[in-house]
Amino acid sequence: MALVLTEEQSMLRDSARGLISDKAPVSHLRHLRDSKDPTGFSKEFWQSFAEMGFAGLLVPEEFGGSGLGYVEAGVVMEEIGRTLMPSPFLATSVVAASALNRGGNAAQKSEYLPKIASGSLLATLAIDEGAKHRPLQTSLQALRAGNGFKLSGAKALVVDGHVADLFIVAARTAGSAGERDGLTLFLVNPKAKGVAIERTIMVDAHNAARIEFANVEVTADSVLGEVDQAASLLDGVLDIGGGAVAAEMVGLSDEVFGRTVEYLKSRKQFGKLIGEFQALQHRAAELYVDIEITRAAVMKALQALDADVVKAASAVAVAKARAGTTATRAVQEGVQMHGGMGMTDQFDIGFFMKRARVCEELFGDANYHTEQLARARGY
Amino acid sequence: MTDSRTSDLETADLETFRNETRAWLEANCPLEMRKPATSDADVFWGGRNAKFSSEPQRIWFERMRDKGWTVPDWPKEYGGGGLSAAEHKVLRAEMAKIGARPPLSSFGIWMLGPALLKYGNDAQKKEHLPKIAAGEIRWCQGYSEPNAGSDLASLQTRAESDGDDFVITGQKIWTSYANYADWIFCLVRTDPAAKKHDGISFILFDMTSKGVSTKPILLISGYSPFCETFFDGVRVPKSHVVGTVNRGWDVAKYLLQHERAMISGMGERGVGRPLGQIAADSVGSDALGRLDDAMLRGQIASFDVDEAALAACAERAVDLAKAGQAHPAFSSAMKYYGTELNKRRYEILMSAGGVDALEWESERSKQGARPRAWLRTKANSIEGGTSEVMLGIVAKRILDLPGA
Ligand SMILES: Cc1cc2nc3c(=O)[nH]c(=O)nc-3n(C[C@H](O)[C@H](O)[C@H](O)COP(=O)(O)OP(=O)(O)OC[C@H]3O[C@@H](n4cnc5c(N)ncnc54)[C@H](O)[C@@H]3O)c2cc1C
Ligand SMILES: Cc1cc2nc3c(=O)[nH]c(=O)nc-3n(C[C@H](O)[C@H](O)[C@H](O)COP(=O)(O)OP(=O)(O)OC[C@H]3O[C@@H](n4cnc5c(N)ncnc54)[C@H](O)[C@@H]3O)c2cc1C
Repeated sequence: MALVLTEEQSMLRDSARGLISDKAPVSHLRHLRDSKDPTGFSKEFWQSFAEMGFAGLLVPEEFGGSGLGYVEAGVVMEEIGRTLMPSPFLATSVVAASALNRGGNAAQKSEYLPKIASGSLLATLAIDEGAKHRPLQTSLQALRAGNGFKLSGAKALVVDGHVADLFIVAARTAGSAGERDGLTLFLVNPKAKGVAIERTIMVDAHNAARIEFANVEVTADSVLGEVDQAASLLDGVLDIGGGAVAAEMVGLSDEVFGRTVEYLKSRKQFGKLIGEFQALQHRAAELYVDIEITRAAVMKALQALDADVVKAASAVAVAKARAGTTATRAVQEGVQMHGGMGMTDQFDIGFFMKRARVCEELFGDANYHTEQLARARGY
Repeated sequence: MTDSRTSDLETADLETFRNETRAWLEANCPLEMRKPATSDADVFWGGRNAKFSSEPQRIWFERMRDKGWTVPDWPKEYGGGGLSAAEHKVLRAEMAKIGARPPLSSFGIWMLGPALLKYGNDAQKKEHLPKIAAGEIRWCQGYSEPNAGSDLASLQTRAESDGDDFVITGQKIWTSYANYADWIFCLVRTDPAAKKHDGISFILFDMTSKGVSTKPILLISGYSPFCETFFDGVRVPKSHVVGTVNRGWDVAKYLLQHERAMISGMGERGVGRPLGQIAADSVGSDALGRLDDAMLRGQIASFDVDEAALAACAERAVDLAKAGQAHPAFSSAMKYYGTELNKRRYEILMSAGGVDALEWESERSKQGARPRAWLRTKANSIEGGTSEVMLGIVAKRILDLPGA
């Protein structure tokens, strides 16, 4: 398939861009941060997002969604990256919807997917426990109790954790940390007894939470997929999440870069536009090349996910690794080339730097994905 | 969700083409030709004095030539395969899948051909293109001069009008394979009074013409793939000018886009086996199968990430061109990255090879194949326009930065 957007995808991009840049420019994030907004995003805007079909973008049509693919989800993520709009789109519409759609039984799908599509249910995956993304290190325990299970342990970096209506919790039902066997996914009600949620105010002013589970009882019905065998379901879901975040990072990088190039064309020092200095020109050109190469790698990964999630792991590893190094470079050059202005809170560039740092950690950073590629290639 | 994009019919046709191509390649590509060339002798360049280095090389070349697949996307009337962009992509992918070598390498294919297709007149196309496709004439590129490298437009080789001819006098340098080439495409100054870009013409002539001489230059790799080339009153008919007299710079730049796109492909062209495996042979692996040199392993993995990403970008560049969305200067961006990546590849190979990669003359080392290839790659970011010049082009033409 051609590595360019189709006409339909371009139209989707234009409508997402129009909506997001109009209703949620960077000042929207700034306002949410400064007012210490308790929700962390605009519910009103999320509703109109849902009405346009974005909330259910990946949800099959039979469950009230648009039944589109990961390339389309990436198109929306890229636009989100341009204005850093806080939105349940990633956690609910991409990650949770994919987990439910790929792993859910008929009852689970028909209960949750229509609500995701209509924008009325927020869901999120609770996976990370330690400082770094290490899915196989999951050690939150699920002990069998009667017909169900009891969950005990803690999760970190649960996106939208304090506002979600549904948690998808990765737990260990057998084996020990590091093993592929023995992982199970559970659908957990955040209001269940024993769940303690602490909203964590993050550097990027986006939603995240730490969650403790103290003997939280769940029924056998709440298992998503197979007991002990969640690793391969998780592989796919995490690759989908990684691909989506990589797309957000492309949007973010491109936006920072665009703003920086504009600055080079307007700021004068030494009687010249600073964009005339070759030292800056060459760095800007290198960054441009980096972004274009990363953009292609991310598209490739999203297409690979559309073709077959199970076979997309290496393409996603390449994409997320590239997106991490490229975004890091883009925001650093962005601040540097803005001189003192780049250091001020009043100026938007810093917001991009902060969000890029969080995106790096989401679903594994560049080192993690580079390591995955090395393992996949057997050296 | 992919259906409405290309019509089902096209997709079906393309699938048929893929299956037929795969079967044909399977039946016709000799096994020996399914691995990358490791030395220049493995590459077939064609030309009047061409010799095949092996029987499989001859068979492969002749079969591909007969199908028009030395130049798959050129029109059939000029000896090409007449493939559409989509079919060409399929052919490339299928060839890559079995590791099939290009049957014919030539400056005619990569550089002159595309320029003639765009700027040549009918007679020039009929005269030269079929001979390029059939590997009958080998071309060289007469652009650089001792005082005109990055600043190519300052070239001084003079072409003076004399009736129906131009009389050419001057010197070129770094002319790759000038001593083997049959013909040259050359930039000459036809109007010394005009501004430097406005007085240049693009002209073709036979290297056996009276007054042409070449002198090989030895490279740090120990090979002499290029020459100083001297013209002492070489008489060339005016009908050999491609495009308009004094507008040769347009042709020259267009050709450079193709040259750069070709050179950038080096970043994707592997050495037959994955670097991780090559390194494992020399540095060894631990019980888990990981290279016994953690830092080297990390360098290789980062390289692999970038190489895969570059391959995606090269694919996208072709698709963008097909969709009419390509920026004409994008080949400079690719040239910059592809060549720098290829240099990285060989730094890793040298590091992985350790002491074994240092031998310069021995059977064991295939006469120092690796260190010589390593040194040769250092030219990648110089030939066809240096990395700095590429970044300058990106800054000016794509980013529109002031004063670039
Ligand atoms: C935290 C902080 C504390 C500070 N404290 C003080 C203080 O106490 N007192 C004080 O007087 N100032 C202070 N400054 C100001 C500081 O000295 C300036 O920010 C700095 O000199 C850069 O100037 P500028 O911000 O105007 O950037 P600009 O000069 O506009 O530079 C923008 C970009 O252009 C690049 N650039 C500029 N000229 C060239 C060139 N010729 N070639 C190549 N690149 C070029 C710069 O490197 C930079 O990347 C402080 C700044 C910060 C961020
Ligand atoms: C292996 C090889 C094969 C070649 N084959 C051919 C051939 O077949 N035909 C042909 O015509 N030519 C050929 N060339 C020549 C090649 O195109 C030139 O070497 C190249 O254009 C650079 O010119 P130069 O060597 O004069 O370097 P210079 O232009 O003198 O450059 C020296 C250094 O200065 C830098 N520099 C120059 N200008 C700028 C600037 N404006 N901003 C920043 N940095 C700058 C360069 O990047 C470089 O690092 C070949 C070269 C090599 C190495």
